[in-house]
Amino acid sequence: MTKPGQRRTLIVAALAVSAALPFVLTEYEATLASFTGIAAIAALGLVLLTGVSGQTSFGHATFVGLAAYTTAWMSRYGGWSPVAGLPAGLAIAGGTAFLLGLITSRISGHYLPLATIAWCASFFYLFGILPGLGGYNGFGEIPPLFPGISTGTAAALIGVILIAVTILAANLLTSRTGRAMRALAQSRIMAESVGIDTARLARSTFVLAALLAGLAGWLFAHVQRYVSPAPFGLSASIEYVFMVVIGGVSQLGGAIVGAAIVVLLRDQLNDLLPRLLGSSGNFETVAFSLAVIASLQYAPRGIAPAATSLWRSGNRLLNRPPPAKLGLPRDVSWPGLARPSTTTPPPTLERAAAHARSLPVRPKPPRGSLILQTTALEKRFGGLIAARSIDLAVHAGEIVALIGPNGAGKSTTFNLCSGALAPTAGSIRLLDQPIQGQGARAIARRGLARTFQHVKLLPEATVLDNIALGGHLRARAGFVRSMLRLDRTEEAALLQTACFQAGRVGLTDVLNAPAGTLPLGRQRLVEIARGLCLDPSIFLLDEPAAGLRLQEKQALAELLRALRDEGMAILLVEHDMDFVMDLADRIAVMDFGEKIADGPPGQIQDDPVVREAYLGGVA
Amino acid sequence: MTLLSVENLSAGYGKAEVLHGVSLSVAERQIVAIVGPNGAGKTTLMHATMGLLPRTGLVSFMDRSAGDAGWMVRHGVVLVPETRALFTDMSVEENLQLGAFARYRQGARDLPESMAEVFEIFPRLAERRRQSAGTLSGGERQMLALGRALMGKPKLLLLDEPSLGLAPKIVADIFRVIGTMRDRGISILLVEQNARAALQMADYGYVLEMGRVALHGSCAILAEDDRVIETYLGRKRHA
Amino acid sequence: MDNAILLALLQDGLTTGAIYLLLAVGLLIAFSVTRAIFIPQGDLVSFAALTLASMIGRHIPGTIWLLDSLCAAALALSLARGRLNAVIPYGLAPAVLTIATLAATRYGAPTAVSAVLSLGIVTALGPLLYRFAYEPLGEASVLALLIVSMALHFVLIGIALYCFGAEGVSTPALTDASFDIGSVTVSGQSLFVGLVCLAMVGALRWFSVRTLYGKALRAAASDRLGARLIGVDHVLSGRTAFALASFAAAVSGLLIAPITPLSYDTGFEIGLKGFVAAVIGGLASYPLAAAGALIVGTIESFSGFWASEYRNIIVFSLLIPVLIWLSLTRGNPEDRA
Repeated sequence: MTKPGQRRTLIVAALAVSAALPFVLTEYEATLASFTGIAAIAALGLVLLTGVSGQTSFGHATFVGLAAYTTAWMSRYGGWSPVAGLPAGLAIAGGTAFLLGLITSRISGHYLPLATIAWCASFFYLFGILPGLGGYNGFGEIPPLFPGISTGTAAALIGVILIAVTILAANLLTSRTGRAMRALAQSRIMAESVGIDTARLARSTFVLAALLAGLAGWLFAHVQRYVSPAPFGLSASIEYVFMVVIGGVSQLGGAIVGAAIVVLLRDQLNDLLPRLLGSSGNFETVAFSLAVIASLQYAPRGIAPAATSLWRSGNRLLNRPPPAKLGLPRDVSWPGLARPSTTTPPPTLERAAAHARSLPVRPKPPRGSLILQTTALEKRFGGLIAARSIDLAVHAGEIVALIGPNGAGKSTTFNLCSGALAPTAGSIRLLDQPIQGQGARAIARRGLARTFQHVKLLPEATVLDNIALGGHLRARAGFVRSMLRLDRTEEAALLQTACFQAGRVGLTDVLNAPAGTLPLGRQRLVEIARGLCLDPSIFLLDEPAAGLRLQEKQALAELLRALRDEGMAILLVEHDMDFVMDLADRIAVMDFGEKIADGPPGQIQDDPVVREAYLGGVA
Repeated sequence: MTLLSVENLSAGYGKAEVLHGVSLSVAERQIVAIVGPNGAGKTTLMHATMGLLPRTGLVSFMDRSAGDAGWMVRHGVVLVPETRALFTDMSVEENLQLGAFARYRQGARDLPESMAEVFEIFPRLAERRRQSAGTLSGGERQMLALGRALMGKPKLLLLDEPSLGLAPKIVADIFRVIGTMRDRGISILLVEQNARAALQMADYGYVLEMGRVALHGSCAILAEDDRVIETYLGRKRHA
Repeated sequence: MDNAILLALLQDGLTTGAIYLLLAVGLLIAFSVTRAIFIPQGDLVSFAALTLASMIGRHIPGTIWLLDSLCAAALALSLARGRLNAVIPYGLAPAVLTIATLAATRYGAPTAVSAVLSLGIVTALGPLLYRFAYEPLGEASVLALLIVSMALHFVLIGIALYCFGAEGVSTPALTDASFDIGSVTVSGQSLFVGLVCLAMVGALRWFSVRTLYGKALRAAASDRLGARLIGVDHVLSGRTAFALASFAAAVSGLLIAPITPLSYDTGFEIGLKGFVAAVIGGLASYPLAAAGALIVGTIESFSGFWASEYRNIIVFSLLIPVLIWLSLTRGNPEDRA
């Protein structure tokens, strides 16, 4: 993270460099600089799409092409000024992305890049076939950006544009929307569980990336002044992926570094390789491809991050002490084990709490009222019945535990209640509203928070950011407000709330540590704090005590009791019988997809059916 | 006689070191338990011992320096991982056959006989031999995982959380089977979340904390140790 | 349109479909075992056809030198790690293949002999490409492997252009015979393609269902950790899978070359269509992929008749509905649990 002061210096320096370009560069160098800048703008879109929100596209060049062809055709044949080509090109690129996004935002995982390969190939042929676009040879005589603009001025203009979009993108990354985008890359199930509309966010990110590509395409058409399908085909798309991979997929700076490496190296290799090999061919592509393979093998996070980390470790070796380990428990001596997870809140917490009130808080139902009720709930996977006629009820101020062997249908029931799965039959009511089949996002909006059996955090984001993710639904800033920094008051309130919740679970000492560096027990606490940030009426916890030490379990039980006493309804799945018997007000036992018993702990322990099916002779 | 000896073992994932210089040993016909909280490095210890992870330090089996997972399997060390790692889209029978793959490559052709022995220990598996492994219940999966391991005729079994997610009454069955394996001359290195059950069954125990051995000793002594009781066992309150 | 044209188009479609089927099966094997989508498989289709064509034309195929240099590199690395037995696969085997290829080129061996040698060269390239491009990545994500695949594709295209030039080639048909069944004329080449395809699918099925080695390969695809724990070497199973995939590519290349001229970059397009078929099978189901391949072949053949220019667009657009359906039914494969 750069500090505001550093940031300002960086921006001023970059602007100064851009302004100097026309005076120091030769015509040829200025052209190269222009193409580097154009490629970097497009690659920036790909970083947001791929590196941040985790959607790999092998079709990025398509959007560059759509805008380029639009503005080229308008200014060459339509008699429009190139300036008019910009909104038109952006509209075509963004509009096409929106339409494709309607389809593809549903496509997940490695299916998405496969789909992008398909449409990229299709558009390539389309550019070549559509009448009036000059076939596979394309067409030229496209007017420049402005009449009489010099190559150097164009380079400077492109530099300024690049700086502007980089600032906007950087703003976006440190905002509510940026956090949501990272969550999208990590886990859609988790993102939906905190109320993020993943399909919509995926689509918006996709359109944003296409707009950046479109901007690059507009510049390209008027700088190159010639368009043909080749620079917008599959191999060009792959080249953008290469730029991002070589530069570092998760960093904005990586886009610029990668673009510079690819464009400048291509220029050099273009001359050099055919001479070396004594024949003509696209050898520079071969060289890049080999570089990409090598970079994935030796520096999988990209050249820019690899260089930074090399520089840092070099520095450390030279003189600096290693950075403090952020209060992670380091000692393995026995007294260290007794460290309680909940520490006393630091003095600033009251202040934080006061600010936190600026986020809306939902009215809580009175203690003892029915919060969650399932009736005859059933889930089938094909022929397999995972859960059958499940009747459950959880009241405000009550802890209900769901126990049973693996495969008994606990997780299924849990996922049905939280909306991660849709039931085959039966009904679920949350706060007296039917919610079956509504999806996790809608259910989160109604005040249900959950944790996951296998912790789902953003391991590289800070603990604070992870917790703030839980407050997604309580804030509103979207892409535009985030990019223009109009979200600061709200963002501050959100972070204050996150800070407050961190204090409640005892994470104040590690707020700025990457969540992935915490031991598992504390990662579970991060999930709990994230859930609390949602301001829930009911909290679903999936095996919260698994793998915790005895003391950690006791601290967790204390926290859950405190939440119950505040009037929260809690439903938890757990294996640890001691933990459950001590903590729960009521226990429901599941076996082979059915609930076989439901009652207070004492009664369950003596229930003959439960002993026969689950507990056996020993309890 | 010492069967497995691990000296000063360090291992991890990528740059993150999880184990820092762990030493332990397993003698013939011995059950050794490793207990500790999640994230202490128990599974990493099993994987590193088995040669599934890059490691530093010395692992030797029957006085020979150990190689990778393939070497271990060929020499009679089999790991049953926490996830069971069954071939869920293949039948129970195929899973068992594959348990003997390393021996088959070395020329063994006694697969039907070995399978009959496994079916004797786990009659449930015989009933389900044609079923695909993915359709088994949690308890049956663990039986299949153990059965597949036995097909390899191991001298040493590494068991990672064998009771995880099973009904308490099935846990008792599984532990009974583990006991009979020792009687058949198989040594066992056991990682268990359920410290109480593990210390009851094992001969010797190690407590792993943050990638280091914090305490070790015979299980009888460990089970009486105040610190172990305080951190893992708890005072029994439900009689 | 009359029935004769319809049947001829159908026959064409099924013939190319059978070739796509081979490629799809190869892709599926490679993907299920290694998680790598072997996009450059299509380039190996070109490699095979161009290798055979250049041997027939009495030119030494550049692919043999590629194979030799990869083998030499692998041999050097293995020897450096003290693995002396690597001399046989990386030293002796390529030496024999090289001598045979040089002799066959020099003295003009019968086409069948040259075809077998071409198969050998291209098949051997598969595991070597895996060795150098994919293996060092270890447990990388599907996406990282996919990016490597795309990069490798560009490397192979460049090499093909350098070795063989930009000219398209055809190889002589193995048979000119044709049979009349009722009003339909079935060409011998179509029949041959069908038979080869059936034989290969049958042999693969026998291998994977009846032999313990075949089951071990399925095991490696089913659960990587489990496979390592029963002593299935993950490196070996990966290379075997890539050998099967490149063998499928080589056979496809030799089957297509008499029907359609192939140049250095057309194999990729053919490979993409095999890939479309594999995706129709969800990158998991062999029967669905086979059906997908025949559908892709048929659609291509019919759309070629009606809207020749839009043929590729139609075939590639097929992918989108399939992918949506897969995403909706398969849940979130990317969810990093």
